[in-house]
Amino acid sequence: MEADIIRHKPAKRLGGIFSRRILLDICLISAAIAFFFIFPNNLGFMTRVLVMIIMVLSLDLVLGYAGVATLGHAALFGSGAYAAGIFAVYISANPLLGLVVGALAGAIIAFFSGLILMRATGLTLLMLSIAVAQVLFELVNSERDLTGGSDGLLGIDMDPVLGLYAFDFYGKTGYWYALAVLVVVFILLRVFVASPFGLVARGIHASPERMRAIGTPVYWRLITIYTLAGGIAGIGGAVSAQVTELVSLESLGFNLSAEAMIMLILGGIGRLYGAIFGTVIFMTVHHFAASVDPFNWLFVIGILVLLVVYVVPEGVLGLPEKLRKHLGMAK
Amino acid sequence: MTAGLEIRNLYKSFGGLKVAQDINLDLKSGDRKALIGPNGAGKTTFANLITGILHPDSGSVRLNGVDISGFKESKRVKAGVAKTFQITTLFKSMTVRENIRLPILEREGKSQHWFGRAERFSAIEAEISKILAQFNLLKFEETPVRDLAYGQQRLVELALTLALKPRILILDEPAAGVPSADSHMITDALERLPDDLSVLIIEHDMKLVFKVASKIVVLVNGAILTEGTPEDISQNQQVRDLYLGAQHEH
Ligand SMILES: Nc1ncnc2c1ncn2[C@@H]1O[C@H](COP(=O)(O)OP(=O)(O)OP(=O)(O)O)[C@@H](O)[C@H]1O
Ligand SMILES: [Mg+2]
Repeated sequence: MEADIIRHKPAKRLGGIFSRRILLDICLISAAIAFFFIFPNNLGFMTRVLVMIIMVLSLDLVLGYAGVATLGHAALFGSGAYAAGIFAVYISANPLLGLVVGALAGAIIAFFSGLILMRATGLTLLMLSIAVAQVLFELVNSERDLTGGSDGLLGIDMDPVLGLYAFDFYGKTGYWYALAVLVVVFILLRVFVASPFGLVARGIHASPERMRAIGTPVYWRLITIYTLAGGIAGIGGAVSAQVTELVSLESLGFNLSAEAMIMLILGGIGRLYGAIFGTVIFMTVHHFAASVDPFNWLFVIGILVLLVVYVVPEGVLGLPEKLRKHLGMAK
Repeated sequence: MTAGLEIRNLYKSFGGLKVAQDINLDLKSGDRKALIGPNGAGKTTFANLITGILHPDSGSVRLNGVDISGFKESKRVKAGVAKTFQITTLFKSMTVRENIRLPILEREGKSQHWFGRAERFSAIEAEISKILAQFNLLKFEETPVRDLAYGQQRLVELALTLALKPRILILDEPAAGVPSADSHMITDALERLPDDLSVLIIEHDMKLVFKVASKIVVLVNGAILTEGTPEDISQNQQVRDLYLGAQHEH
């Protein structure tokens, strides 16, 4: 009887949030399109931002949603970059095939390293994840014949996208290509985080003990999530290899892992938009501060991070909420 | 095949500390047993040995005739063994509704869907509403658990565990930390547990034990001192001495 009376009523706020999100999406896409025309001389930089957003989104899945802090995300990005680059040089220069190869490489590396990493937690996990990236770094460095070692992988010459749009010297095609891949990745992630598996990821973040106590094999779920993140980071690496037609050792470097982490914290972890805003802010500040003072630009980033951590620990995306609360109290 | 839980010759030590010494216990379908004993007696450890959070040094745990000693925690839960934690263990940042949704998705084998919204299964959503109504939690359904009063969090802990539809339920001090003004919420909920569910309740509050349990097992220093009806136990001089002693610590 009771069950007849109580029907599930969806939360009323949902509609509001939903439409606001779509509005934000439209704004972001419009901005990305507008930037193409407003800053035609910065396409290379803006493309790097788009690629980095893919990488940071992937990190957000692991750190923000599943709550697993690693410092070796470059291992996944770099694997994708090298796999796609080598594939383009030796097998096929088809960009979309290259994306698949990059995704597979990132996913495979994530799966196998995840078997070890996901058993660990805390500091041990941080150290192990750094070690995995470092091992790959040295491996790639020593296999000069295949990877170009410290000179980087050269000789990539991509075919036109879909046989139609050739990658041009100005990076116009590269920009649209990276944007298109980013949009697809973002939509996929949005679907994933709202799915039952997305809820499981948040559940593991909130309480691994409780997840085990409801019958979830937490370890294997984490490996699945890490593998998915590996695929996405691998796609980011592949795009980077394809649009720059170059893969350097930096794509596996510790700096990249650390910067991705800082970007995510800046923007706000556990929300996909955080990855977007954090990356844009970090890389823009980096771009301009470094051109003013190539040696001390990190100073500015450092201050920025400190400010965020002390004032809005939820990241830049937490600002509107914080302001609303403050204004509400002032009334 | 024997229905219910059969625990035989269970041993466990933490280094030199013997926390389970030759424990034997049966829990048949519909049983209501209480496990009492002073602080540090090994009650939580025993519960963890049953649910698979800990593994025994030796001995066996059988569920409906199947030895589940080698099963991992998640597999034991799927087999029908569930417990509530002494210290509330919930998804604090999530809403009450999400806290119930997760175990049901897992129970129904739907937790690995990558596509479609988590709340799209109408049968599951109806079940969540029904469970929340039973526990008077419906009005808090969209509230993050961390914003609830502790008594209500204890109710969520119970609701979440029952949502797994266990056959064996272990309650580790379900009323611990709940202000006495709210403890009736817990008692009411425990009195309405399904009849065929086997319950082992660990509890210090004797009033609650007497209300819920028909048998009491007394655990001291990792070993069972005695087992009997509430009347037997309340008249047992050894237990009275023990409990008067223990009561002073509180
Ligand atoms: N993981 C562990 N490692 C080492 N010792 C432990 C561990 N867990 C519990 N102990 C010890 O084992 C003994 C039994 O602990 P347990 O938590 O089972 O007691 P309890 O009967 O539940 O007590 P309480 O009534 O306080 O909840 C205690 O002395 C405790 O300190
Ligand atoms: Mg205990």
